[in-house]
Amino acid sequence: MAAHLKKRVYEEFTKVVQQQHEDLSSKKLRLTKPSKSAALHVDLCKATSPADALQYLLQFARKPVEVESVEGVVRILLEHYYKENDASVRLKIASLLGLLSKTAGFSPDCIMDDAINTLQNEKSHQVLAQLLDTLLVIGTKLTENPSVRMRLVEVACKHLTDSSHGVRNKCLQLIGCLGPVEKGVTKEAESQAAKDVQKIIGDHFNDQDPRVRTAAIKAMLQLHERGLKLQQAIYSQACKLLADDYEQVRSAAVQLIWVLSQLYPESIVPIPSSNEEIRLVDDAFGKICHMVSDGSWVVRVQAAKLLGSMQQVSSHFLEQTLDKKLMSDLRRKRTAHERAKELYSSGEFSSGRKWGDDAPKEEIDTGAVNLIESGACGAFVHGLEDEMYEVRIAAVEALCMLAQSSPSFAEKCLDFLVDMFNDEIEEVRLQSIHTMRKISNNITLREDQLDTVLAVLEDSSRDIREALHELLCCTNVSTKEGIHLALVELLKNLTKYPTDRESIWKCLKFLGSRHPTLVLPLVPELLSTHPFFDTPEPDMDDPAYIAVLVLIFNAAKSCPTMPALFSDHTFRHYAYLRDSLSHLVPPLRLPGRKLVSSPVSPSITPHEDPSQQFLHQSLERVYNLQHLDPQGIQELLEFTIRDLQRLGELQSELAGMADFTATYLQCQLLLIKALQEKLWNVAAPLYLKQNALASAAAKQILEETYKMEFMYSGVESRQVVIIHHMRLQAKALQLIVTARTTRGVEPLFGMCEKFLQEVDSFQRCFISELPHMQGSFVDKLLDLMPRLVTSKPSEVVKILQTTLRQSTFLHLPLPEQLHRATANIIEPTGESDNPLRFTSGLVVALDVDATLEHVQDPQGTVKVQVLYPDGQAQIIHPKPADFRNPGPGRHRLITQVYLSHTAWTEPCQIEVRLLLAYNSNRSKASAKIPKSTWSESLESLPQPENGIEGTIPFSKPVKVYIMPKPARR
Amino acid sequence: MPEIKVTPLGAGQDVGRSCILVSIAGKNVMLDCGMHMGYNDDRRFPDFSYITQNGRLTDFLDCVIISHFHLDHCGALPYFSEMVGYDGPIYMTHPTKAICPILLEDYRKITVDKKGETNFFTSQMIKDCMKKVVAVHLHQTVQVDEELEIKAYYAGHVLGAAMFQIKVGCESVVYTGDYNMTPDRHLGAAWIDKCRPDLLISESTYATTIRDSKRCRERDFLKKVHETVERGGKVLIPVFALGRAQELCILLETFWERMNLKAPIYFSTGLTEKANHYYKLFITWTNQKIRKTFVQRNMFEFKHIKAFDRAFADNPGPMVVFATPGMLHAGQSLQIFRKWAGNEKNMVIMPGYCVQGTVGHKILSGQRKLEMEGRQILEVKMQVEYMSFSAHADAKGIMQLIRQAEPRNVLLVHGEAKKMEFLKQKIEQEFHVSCYMPANGETTTIFTNPSIPVDISLGLLKRETAIGLVPDVKKPKLMHGTLIMKDNSFRLVSPEQALKELGLAEHQLRFTCRVHIQDPRKEHETVLRVYNHLKGVLKDYSVQHLPDGSITVESILIQATAHSEDQGTKVLLVSWTYQDEELGSYLTSLLKKGLPQSTA
Repeated sequence: MAAHLKKRVYEEFTKVVQQQHEDLSSKKLRLTKPSKSAALHVDLCKATSPADALQYLLQFARKPVEVESVEGVVRILLEHYYKENDASVRLKIASLLGLLSKTAGFSPDCIMDDAINTLQNEKSHQVLAQLLDTLLVIGTKLTENPSVRMRLVEVACKHLTDSSHGVRNKCLQLIGCLGPVEKGVTKEAESQAAKDVQKIIGDHFNDQDPRVRTAAIKAMLQLHERGLKLQQAIYSQACKLLADDYEQVRSAAVQLIWVLSQLYPESIVPIPSSNEEIRLVDDAFGKICHMVSDGSWVVRVQAAKLLGSMQQVSSHFLEQTLDKKLMSDLRRKRTAHERAKELYSSGEFSSGRKWGDDAPKEEIDTGAVNLIESGACGAFVHGLEDEMYEVRIAAVEALCMLAQSSPSFAEKCLDFLVDMFNDEIEEVRLQSIHTMRKISNNITLREDQLDTVLAVLEDSSRDIREALHELLCCTNVSTKEGIHLALVELLKNLTKYPTDRESIWKCLKFLGSRHPTLVLPLVPELLSTHPFFDTPEPDMDDPAYIAVLVLIFNAAKSCPTMPALFSDHTFRHYAYLRDSLSHLVPPLRLPGRKLVSSPVSPSITPHEDPSQQFLHQSLERVYNLQHLDPQGIQELLEFTIRDLQRLGELQSELAGMADFTATYLQCQLLLIKALQEKLWNVAAPLYLKQNALASAAAKQILEETYKMEFMYSGVESRQVVIIHHMRLQAKALQLIVTARTTRGVEPLFGMCEKFLQEVDSFQRCFISELPHMQGSFVDKLLDLMPRLVTSKPSEVVKILQTTLRQSTFLHLPLPEQLHRATANIIEPTGESDNPLRFTSGLVVALDVDATLEHVQDPQGTVKVQVLYPDGQAQIIHPKPADFRNPGPGRHRLITQVYLSHTAWTEPCQIEVRLLLAYNSNRSKASAKIPKSTWSESLESLPQPENGIEGTIPFSKPVKVYIMPKPARR
Repeated sequence: MPEIKVTPLGAGQDVGRSCILVSIAGKNVMLDCGMHMGYNDDRRFPDFSYITQNGRLTDFLDCVIISHFHLDHCGALPYFSEMVGYDGPIYMTHPTKAICPILLEDYRKITVDKKGETNFFTSQMIKDCMKKVVAVHLHQTVQVDEELEIKAYYAGHVLGAAMFQIKVGCESVVYTGDYNMTPDRHLGAAWIDKCRPDLLISESTYATTIRDSKRCRERDFLKKVHETVERGGKVLIPVFALGRAQELCILLETFWERMNLKAPIYFSTGLTEKANHYYKLFITWTNQKIRKTFVQRNMFEFKHIKAFDRAFADNPGPMVVFATPGMLHAGQSLQIFRKWAGNEKNMVIMPGYCVQGTVGHKILSGQRKLEMEGRQILEVKMQVEYMSFSAHADAKGIMQLIRQAEPRNVLLVHGEAKKMEFLKQKIEQEFHVSCYMPANGETTTIFTNPSIPVDISLGLLKRETAIGLVPDVKKPKLMHGTLIMKDNSFRLVSPEQALKELGLAEHQLRFTCRVHIQDPRKEHETVLRVYNHLKGVLKDYSVQHLPDGSITVESILIQATAHSEDQGTKVLLVSWTYQDEELGSYLTSLLKKGLPQSTA
């Protein structure tokens, strides 16, 4: 053991020495450089066999080479290259050349000639390929230089006739990456490489090796990416490649055809074996569709994906993709979709419960049946039925994109999308539901389709159900039966999965507001009112009843005749719901009777302007009245804060803004209050115990500033300055308070220095914003900076105190959009009286389900905190996969938290809450502020019980009753 | 001309009793060995006496290949191998080898025990027969003997179904067996590479059908079951023990899982349990979903589906029961049907075709009152549904397979003649390949044009490629060499090497030709004129005027002498070696045309 320790010590000791070595001046480093290449030289000379040389080179390759010595090393390598007889060593040298020329800061033009020369006498194909690869590296580093590129392309063209596929491959790659893109330059006409690169590459489309063919197509695509306009002539060549034997060639060819179809959508191409002509994009579309039934799934995925982006295709071709003529025993048969449609239009509903319902009807002409269509026929039908789910997903995505651009297609593809709701793979189901939602503007669901859609509501996967709710939010339903069906199914869903409550209510809200006229005839039935008899009043707490009411009230918003159908208790329930679920129940213009019970709702008219005006006015007032007497300012601030908070509660759109400013004003108020304290005038020793207010204020301001900086999304740098400024003021206050309360000067030195450093870094970070901060604390402070640096701590404190008092307070400009990050824990509900029992020492999984709003990057910042009754706190980082993103700005956290504890005698409650972690280095504005300041300033304060370094609690804590039992023996 | 001969002993323009004889390059292969469900006499098995009257079958057949375990493809196997007598290898895939004996045993039991037939194969025969089976893996090339090789491709249809490629030298035949080009809930789609066989023998059960998307059918099925169960009714699904039954099980199992349903699902026991065991085992043969999820949970380990007990049929409440047999003609499914038929809440779903005369067929055609044994009248009040879940490729699928494989000829079997006719016409029209549809016992001969591989010596190849330009796939290239045919192998070597190998001395063969030219001038002037002319015409060749008065074009020598009698006529002596025959003959014809007058 001792020996081991000794060794450790020794190791550490040597380590230190080494570091010192590196830290030495750069002169020393330069001295070692020639020795590096020299060492390599010596090594290579020493090498007796090729294997040895290879070994040396391998070792050499592991170490990085400095920029300055690259050239020397390259020379030595080249020298050996010429001498070397063994191909493998030459290969390694060639690859090293490539590696070396990649070195940042090294310009490889000096070694280019040598590299090209080495090509001359090389016999080995592998080495040749490697050398060309090296040239490619060199070329990509020197793309700015056209003559270099020209030369390299020339070299590549020369080697295109090589018999090895590897060499040809590299040549094509080189041409693709470096071939001249801009045309019309006269110089090119003179040189050899002016031969059309496209032609050269095109010649290799028929190469005997599939790898070379692929490389040729890839090179062509590379040229396209670099901005060369490909010639249309390539199209016919590319079409032939679609029938290639090798999948990688076909896959690349599909891409090439797609590129060409985007370049020349409107040109006309002839249809072989007939005199007709069609648009190129249509032809290409047909060809790519054909590839959807290719033998290789890689090609199928590729083709299906590309179909989605071909929006110029004519609708006639587009609709063919969903077409599949059915037949049975040579007689035309209708598809199930057609039958369903017919049943629906004939007014019958699912009558066909007998064999032969789908019996084929008309005879078809055998000649007219085309079993392998040349066109796009049925491409999506095949794609959606594919064996591999990758292909199916790609097909669904493509459908989505095409349907978004073509309403008529959207209508047609509906049946197929609905079918996909029953796919065996959940991912595909989810994708198709999302797709349907995206195109829902263009479509109206038929009843039978709705039926199929609603059947999926019973899915046990929460994601599927919620996606479906989202879908229903924006679906158009055509009949009142449809609405009724949807409601019934949603209520069924509600009873089966009560946790979906919120989502279902929200869904019904939109369903109601979208279809007021369809809901109207259903109202008596839904409310179970009777023309003559009074019906019993339903239970107000029943989620199903609330769901029905949400639907009706939202429909009533744009249907003024509806409230007439309500019974008395409905109005009462309206008032209650309007208050308790204000986000779901809209304000209604109810006839002027019995509205006394709901005074709030009608009084708020949904006008945005006045409230916004109000916000600005109250802020103006605060900012303008700077020179009021201190008492007045305080009162005004207090009132304004109260107003803003109330405004935030009432107007959800302005909540973020109002809260933000209220917090800022609160900080200001605290600062003013702290400075107003009489105790500043009293001699230091006397108010030792009375400084509580000031230091508490400082602490709170600090906390609030962190909240302001990290809890709101949409904060711009203008606001960040002000926030930091406020923080600086709080720190100054802290410094003053400490200076007053501590005896002795020594601790103050450090604090003063740190504070000055902070001021300095503030200045550095926000130098551009400083002109806007006339008369502020920092402005004055910076004026006094030279004095501050030289003076003693006690003086510094004095200066600070006066500046702090004299400084005006800054106008906080408001950004366009400001949202406060909020979190709401849905599960656990905290209502359960049954403790969660588990054996101590083992773990129990607690399901946590929470919605997050306006949280940026929740994966990185949101944590779950569990507080045990003994004060033990545990922080859990949820997996990135636990966050779902149902809509913009909204996230959902569904995770499991593992709890464990030693045995308790009786059940007790633990607290679960969400924390928003922040890192002051994260935001770019505060990048320079060292992290230690925050943690240290916290250390100087009593540690708050629930606060954790760098985190803000942003959800209400939920209590969970648990009971770890002692393990049974 | 080499030929491939195909003779269907069964399944020629017919469904059932698949048995096809193929002779390819001197090898005889038998594809499938099935029985016919429609017959109970000798016709149920293929007529093996066609192969040989009095010799042993083993001497005539090189191997037997079984595509999958359905009885119409393997039912006659024990009879063939044990009773008729065949000792050669029998090839099938692993799952087929595992499941096939179960079905054969079941078939034997029904025929012998129930119908009381004698002179039928015994259990021991099945066992002995299975001992001759060689199992193959997918895409594994098996060398049957030195020349004959076979390779299996995935075919969908049922677990372990395969398509087989039979290859001798460059000639090849692909036999599809039954296959399915659309994936289902438990199996993937058939796949084949671009193997370009000389002949593709394809099934054509659904030659005239283009099927609707599978999803609609599945959805309908699930919806019907779900609705009935929610109403509290009972659902009876008569199935055959293997194949579709597993698909429907998976379908219902996943649906129950997804929808969180609680109603019990039962499966009548027996055969199925054993078979399910094999389904669990051969996960690699199933579709993507099952293959991907089996690490978490094997889909065939059903959570919701339990074994059925006779007593359960009387239990109250909803339930779903899978029962055999599929056509409701006997057994458990019929018993349950009789119990449940009276209640209109219940439902029976027929997932497949029913033969005429069975209860299944009667109720499907709408009969509501059935006469049962003992003159009982059974009134059917329950709902009757028909759902087709067939796993054969439809016309489009067949075309798709042909497109994938790119065969030179197509031969259709396993289908009705009328339907085949249509498909045949379509295939010929769209792919421009000839298509055949022989009847049973009819032999189709297909002439092939096999390419014959020749070994070329590397030196010769390099030398010859060095002369020409870049090799181009599209153009044939002329090469000079000597073809040596020795010991059944072909080699192309350079002439020198051939001479050395064969120990022959080289003989020079020279052609000499005299051309008369009317030219009054002196000899050397004539020579000069000829020289200029040739130089003008043959730009690509080296034409030289030698000091001794002769001209050489490459290695061809031209000399001019005055005619001994007529000084105005010059005789041009043209001489070339055998190797330069092409150029030499060209040159003589050129000279025979005479010299151009312009130069005169």
